[in-house]
Amino acid sequence: MRLGRYVPVLIAAAAAVGLQQALAWREATHYLTQITMAAYYALVVIGLCLLMGYAGQVSLGHAGFFAIGGYTSAVLTTYNLMAWRDTPLIAAGRRLGLVLQRQDLYGADILSFSPWVALLIALLAAALIAVLIGLPILRLRGHYLAMATLGFGLIIDRIVLGTPLFGQADGISNVPPFGLFAGLEVNGRAMFRVSNYYIATALVLGAMVLAINLVHSRVGRALRSIHQNEEAAHSLGIDIYRYKLAVFVLSAVLAAAGGVFLTHYNASIGPSEATVMKSVRYVAIVAIGGMANLWGALVMGVVLNFLSLRGVFGTYDDAVFGLILVAIMVLAPEGLLRPSTWRRMMSQVRQTMSRRDFRKPAPSPAAPPPVEAKVHRE
Amino acid sequence: MSDPILETCKLNRFFGGLHAVRDVSFRVRQGAIQAVIGPNGAGKSTLFNLIAGTLAPNGGEVFFRGRKITAARPHAVARLGIARTFQTTRLFGQMTVLENVMVGRHVRTGSGFLAGLLNLPPTWREQRAIEHQARAILDDLNLGSCAGELAASLPFGRQRLVEFARALATEPALLLLDEPAAGLNIYETKVLATLITKIRDRGITCLVVEHDMSLVMDISDEVMVLDQGATIAEGPPRAIQRNREVIRVYLGDGDAANPQS
Repeated sequence: MRLGRYVPVLIAAAAAVGLQQALAWREATHYLTQITMAAYYALVVIGLCLLMGYAGQVSLGHAGFFAIGGYTSAVLTTYNLMAWRDTPLIAAGRRLGLVLQRQDLYGADILSFSPWVALLIALLAAALIAVLIGLPILRLRGHYLAMATLGFGLIIDRIVLGTPLFGQADGISNVPPFGLFAGLEVNGRAMFRVSNYYIATALVLGAMVLAINLVHSRVGRALRSIHQNEEAAHSLGIDIYRYKLAVFVLSAVLAAAGGVFLTHYNASIGPSEATVMKSVRYVAIVAIGGMANLWGALVMGVVLNFLSLRGVFGTYDDAVFGLILVAIMVLAPEGLLRPSTWRRMMSQVRQTMSRRDFRKPAPSPAAPPPVEAKVHRE
Repeated sequence: MSDPILETCKLNRFFGGLHAVRDVSFRVRQGAIQAVIGPNGAGKSTLFNLIAGTLAPNGGEVFFRGRKITAARPHAVARLGIARTFQTTRLFGQMTVLENVMVGRHVRTGSGFLAGLLNLPPTWREQRAIEHQARAILDDLNLGSCAGELAASLPFGRQRLVEFARALATEPALLLLDEPAAGLNIYETKVLATLITKIRDRGITCLVVEHDMSLVMDISDEVMVLDQGATIAEGPPRAIQRNREVIRVYLGDGDAANPQS
């Protein structure tokens, strides 16, 4: 087995430590909050990269899965079960630690599910819904699949906005921290900033290791072959619908996990997480990262979400991501983080410069830039 | 005839009003090279797609090693031991030649999603075996030198060979070759003829749809002629060459087809 593919993971881990140290030295640790949030969004992007970049199946509904994760966890950890405290089920849950008692902001006792239970149910819910909608729509291709997933995203968006249980336009707040183990907890308060930065880093790099393993495996090859020629893949014994469904479910579960952790980190979730513009944003990030490029997706996912969360794009936040999508499709369909793209852009710049310079004799026609085929491995 | 490896029974397929395959019944002998010839639009490719599961027949049955595979889905057909190549090569262009052939091993290996995500030692071992087998197949077809190249970057003739290698990697008992010589030059066609005979000699039955008559007559053990969706002749190549009906279909009714009269 080749260990070389894990080297970038170690480099990324070292870079994460270095960044934290540098920010501590500059006394700018407040940036860690947005980096942590961006990392949870990057979980969605990693899953979408597997689905879109490697298996070639577009989804314009992944914000829906993020919202399913976040809202499921928010509801289960905030819904007060006090009224049922003496029923055998809840009593048993309390004994097993599945139902926890805590005090709300006003000091009143509330009883709700443990975040671990909520996480499990949220991931299962996302997987189940992915299977249910994936079964019919993954038979569609290209634009039709994109539209069907868009429809799914819209449905989740409207359900979130219209259902009192989900807080409608207000969303759900006062979501408790998620106590993991050994005193670590997913908690957005300033005193937990550094530990949470490392929790998010560990989760993202863990997801990256799994994703890297997958794309180099037998299943990964099958997914890439489906992307390139469904009929040939099918004729080689690959059950293409099963594989498409499985990677769809996997990407939905990763998106839901991002939703769960970010909701506990922010202590709240709102309907903006379920909007179609959020789905477009994830697609734009995978595209600018180079589609079948996990590291590209991760870097772009963290950087762009960080900038967005810092408010760099101002009120044009969504417009910026729309623009990125258009610009990438037109100018650099292979993504920004690819040497071949840089070389092509540089040679275009050089050509333009030499054309402008009309006083000099025309240079011999530049050789066409090498057309580098897209390599589906990172 | 020994037990046929493949048998079709009154296969029919319509495309709207077009009766593309009508009542085609034929048997392919184990270990033979059987050719299917016929003018353009005779229904050869449709017949292939009915066997491979790409299309479902409107009537009739397909049996493979005595087992009914009518309208089985392509991946199930592949699992049973039928591999195919395509009229226009369908390689995974953005994957390397080696990876293409490794995808061919998919159906004879088993690690799933969870194994792929976790990549534990049993998965490494399987991965190593897949790569080893794929390299052996490439070396066997003299493609070892281009294992690391992208499939799309190869010249056309080599792409066709890679498609062969990929199909052979599935360990088929029956290989369906859809116009394997299309687009090849004379030299490449000769290499191809040797290759197909070599494959046959290893015990893999070959069913070949082909336009190149000299190739068909050189390598086939049996020839079936289709015209307008129906079988009009069957037999060894020499008998087919003399068959009046076949000559009429290929050359028309004029005197040219019948110089003695």
